[in-house]
Amino acid sequence: MDFLIPSTFAEALAIKAERPEVVPIAGGTDVMVELNFDHRRPTALLDLTRIAELTEWAPSENLLRVGAGVPYVRIIDELGDRLPGLAMASRTVGSPQIRNRGTVGGNLGAASPAGDTHPVLLACDAQVEVASVRGTRMIPAAEFYLGVKRNALEPDELIAAVHLAPAAAPQQFSKVGTRNAMVIAVCSFAVALHPEQGRVGAAVGSAAPTPRRALAAEEFLAGELSDAGLWESPKPLLDSVRRRFGELAAEAASPIDDVRGTAAYRRHALAVLARRTLGWAWQDYCGTGETRSQSCA
Amino acid sequence: MSKSAPVRTPTDLTSSVAGGIGASPQRPDGNLKVRGEFAYASDLWHEDMIWGATLRSPHPYARIRSIDITEALKVPGVYAVLTHSDVPGKNLYGLEHPDQPVLAVDVVRYQGEPVALVGADHPETARRAMERIAVDYEVLEPVVDMEDAAHGRGTPLHPGGNLVRHVPIRHGDQQVTAEVVVTGEYEVGMQDQAFLGPESGLAVPGEDGGIDLYVATQWLHVDQKQVAQALGLPLDKVRLTLSGVGGAFGGREDLSMQVHASLLALHTGKPVKMVYNRLESFYGHVHRHPAKLYYEHGADRDGRLVYVKCRIYLDGGAYASSTPAVVANAATLGVGPYDVPNATVDCWGVYTNNPPCGAMRGFGAVQAGFAYESQMDKLAAAVGLDPVEVRIRNAMHEGSLMPTGQVVDSAAPVAELLRRVKDKPLPPVNRTEPVDIREMPGGASNTTHGEGVVRGIGYAVGIKNVCFSEGYDDFSTARVRVQVIGGELSALAHTAACEVGQGLVTIMQQIVRTELGVERVTIAPMDTTIGNGGSTSASRQTYVTGGAVRSACQTVRGRLFELAARKLGVDAVGLSLHGGKLVSDLHGVLADLVDVLGDDVVDETVEWRHRATESLDPVTGQGNAHVQYGFAAHRAVVDVDVELGLVKVVELDCAQDVGKALNPEAVLGQIQGGSAQGLGLAVMEEIQTSGGKIRNPSFTDYLIPTVLDMPPMSIDVLELADPHAPYGIRGVGEPPTISSTPAIVAAIRAATGLALTRAPVRPEHITGT
Ligand SMILES: Cc1cc2nc3c(=O)[nH]c(=O)nc-3n(C[C@H](O)[C@H](O)[C@H](O)COP(=O)(O)OP(=O)(O)OC[C@H]3O[C@@H](n4cnc5c(N)ncnc54)[C@H](O)[C@@H]3O)c2cc1C
Repeated sequence: MDFLIPSTFAEALAIKAERPEVVPIAGGTDVMVELNFDHRRPTALLDLTRIAELTEWAPSENLLRVGAGVPYVRIIDELGDRLPGLAMASRTVGSPQIRNRGTVGGNLGAASPAGDTHPVLLACDAQVEVASVRGTRMIPAAEFYLGVKRNALEPDELIAAVHLAPAAAPQQFSKVGTRNAMVIAVCSFAVALHPEQGRVGAAVGSAAPTPRRALAAEEFLAGELSDAGLWESPKPLLDSVRRRFGELAAEAASPIDDVRGTAAYRRHALAVLARRTLGWAWQDYCGTGETRSQSCA
Repeated sequence: MSKSAPVRTPTDLTSSVAGGIGASPQRPDGNLKVRGEFAYASDLWHEDMIWGATLRSPHPYARIRSIDITEALKVPGVYAVLTHSDVPGKNLYGLEHPDQPVLAVDVVRYQGEPVALVGADHPETARRAMERIAVDYEVLEPVVDMEDAAHGRGTPLHPGGNLVRHVPIRHGDQQVTAEVVVTGEYEVGMQDQAFLGPESGLAVPGEDGGIDLYVATQWLHVDQKQVAQALGLPLDKVRLTLSGVGGAFGGREDLSMQVHASLLALHTGKPVKMVYNRLESFYGHVHRHPAKLYYEHGADRDGRLVYVKCRIYLDGGAYASSTPAVVANAATLGVGPYDVPNATVDCWGVYTNNPPCGAMRGFGAVQAGFAYESQMDKLAAAVGLDPVEVRIRNAMHEGSLMPTGQVVDSAAPVAELLRRVKDKPLPPVNRTEPVDIREMPGGASNTTHGEGVVRGIGYAVGIKNVCFSEGYDDFSTARVRVQVIGGELSALAHTAACEVGQGLVTIMQQIVRTELGVERVTIAPMDTTIGNGGSTSASRQTYVTGGAVRSACQTVRGRLFELAARKLGVDAVGLSLHGGKLVSDLHGVLADLVDVLGDDVVDETVEWRHRATESLDPVTGQGNAHVQYGFAAHRAVVDVDVELGLVKVVELDCAQDVGKALNPEAVLGQIQGGSAQGLGLAVMEEIQTSGGKIRNPSFTDYLIPTVLDMPPMSIDVLELADPHAPYGIRGVGEPPTISSTPAIVAAIRAATGLALTRAPVRPEHITGT
């Protein structure tokens, strides 16, 4: 097995064009497990960790461009205020060791339905920047996940970055696992308020072949919020609204019974997670201004 | 006789630490382990070694029509491909009943059963060759129901049928009735030892046609015997040396790669290394028996027990392993640490096509403990008593009678242990905003900020036998040598008792230092050049090997006094040893031992036995079967998110009697570790099977507690000396594993109001979805 060490992204893309079968490796926290379990025997690994372009983040127009190789620990430490949802999801990934190595690019590359960043990327309308020697294209997160561990990358493409708007309003992420740390999601949920668009982004993880947006829940809530004029003069949400949102979020899932949990439990838990995370996000939204905190008191 | 010893044997274990008994010297290997520098068996290396690999059955039950190794042999780099026909000796082994083939002959009885071996120049070559071995299986319907197996229903998997052992116990009036009756059915899932160092070892062929085996094991001599039989070699041609052991908990009592690596080494004439990966490890060792338990408790209106009736089923899987002894434990300890005037106990251990089960910390007492403690809570509710009060009313004490008729003849402070955990202050409720989510159920996953969280408190107490039971000739051999090295007085202790991480090497040094007053004590590598040290299990090594080392020291001391008497012309009576000096009761310091010894070497080997036990009457289950009993009690405080079914154990306090804490820090470590393992069984640890196949053979889905799952513990250690035991000690390792699980489940019941009759409790059991 070859171990290829390009020092620039252009070099990496050239290799990938020439040898599309090579397996990129960033933090290696998925790749090394696969090799170890003998699930995969690549002819070559393409090491992306020496490529400076991939390990940086920077503002780009109105968005933040986060390099595919920025490890979770840096997202938590450096971007926690601007990308709170992504940082929350990053905090729940693995252990400190895994968060030191693991990257969002790797999470996207693996495209596991249980990947923790996916629901956040969906709820935040993130764009995935992918590149090849043929050029660069932006793929909306909602179009990126094609199936269990399948994504929209062409064989010669690499993930360069994700682009997200800095949060203008509260975001939340929550996941259920049967251990209090270092656990793969039994199911997960992300919610992001977008007051400027008068809508809420919502997505479920680990409860369908791919991470998914909870569109019916989003639409329902957008309607409730605008009908009652709550974006402008926020008030606490009715219990019934939060509950309905939870039910609709759970309906977005098509879970299975597996060794980590039953389908019925996943649906049930998603409804609870959606209800709670919406409650926390909305409460924060109410609390962001002087007048608002009064009206929500 | 061997070619040459492999590099990286764990000499680290043998270096000297300071302190006598009652002190808490640091482990000699502690720093190395923390820094990742300790040499485990998987680090063994020999210049011209090759690698062994094991082809395993993918089916829980199948007939083997044929095995074709032709293509595998053609792979470049392959030295040997072996099947059952290459086993020169007896192709059957086992701890109690030799019923397990070294390599399967015409049938496989569990998924993962070894079928063929490959020796190759590289692990990858071996793997590729394995893929080219063609095994033609006729897949059969697996036997998976333990109750059917116990009662003669279903295909017999072994010549004698599927019952491995039935132990009945009949104690007192079998017809008695009671005013208050509570019944329950319970289930315990299959727990794994989850030791972090996988099975591994190195077999080096000797010039005498024998074998030198460096291996991570729990019992060198029982391995030696089984390996010799399988290889058709006399015992003295099979020499074992303990290598660095990365945890055991019972999972290394049975053979794994020992015979396989030796076979390959003898066939190829080359040193052969075998290391399982995590996946293989889940198939490569026995697990804790899953259990189904039916209980009925009868009591008077004051909650005093009148009788206990129970039926316990233990699924031993495909081969016997230590099932017979596990059955005896579950039966004899089946009613718990209580005064039970009348008892009817039946326990069955069976063969199925599930993964083989055998020894694991707690050994039968864990499964029974979950059921009888759940029953005590039910009884408390039925008679309107506090759960601690009902236990104290029935608590056994010194002089109590076991259902086997055995009198408990040393301290049994059951009531005291319960009072102690009950009297500890309770932790505050974590509801102050903003909550630290790491303190909440769901922890780092941000599932609740307090919503749905209900606190619960639960209690449990347990009983465990210490040492080997039922008339087993349980002994250990120790050799102690004293001499002057480089002008300094030095002692060496040598046994074959395995250090598996529990700290025996530290204890042995402490004993020698205390008994002989010698500062510089080293421990010889554990190997089979000395006699049997017995198993590192049943909480027995400090008791038995500690007893043997003390006894050897006493013999050595006698020899030193004789030597002094001869050389100094003093009376050998009234002498003692202090800080390297020979002291007389009458005349004070007589001489430096260094001078007394000169060039002489005093070297003594003893075999030491604890008092004998008896077998159980096969019909009534009566008999003085056990050596000693150990007790621990826990109070668990949990926060349960009742909407999501997630649990945070907030506190897990413990009180345990250890007789005498030879190394108080090590005692705490055992209690913490045992409690954590019990926590795992309470809320997450289970090997899930379906049709005999393991569904979660990895640490991705076999979850063990992390630091965010295991709370800090407040521990009370009682030291009520057992007059029958060396230094009064009582085995420490297992009792905390027994009471921790039922205490936590009781706390979850208290928070949720649910019956929760199965361990581990899964979120679905709490949410009902
Ligand atoms: C102990 C442990 C715990 C874990 N816990 C979690 C958890 O809680 N939540 C979770 O979501 N995940 C978890 N994971 C999985 C893993 O850590 C994450 O998926 C992580 O994001 C992977 O990032 P990485 O940089 O290590 O990826 P790598 O392993 O390097 O790569 C993963 C995949 O992405 C591809 N890839 C990487 N970079 C690129 C790129 N720039 N362009 C194209 N393809 C690319 C690789 O070829 C590979 O297919 C855990 C893993 C381990 C070992």
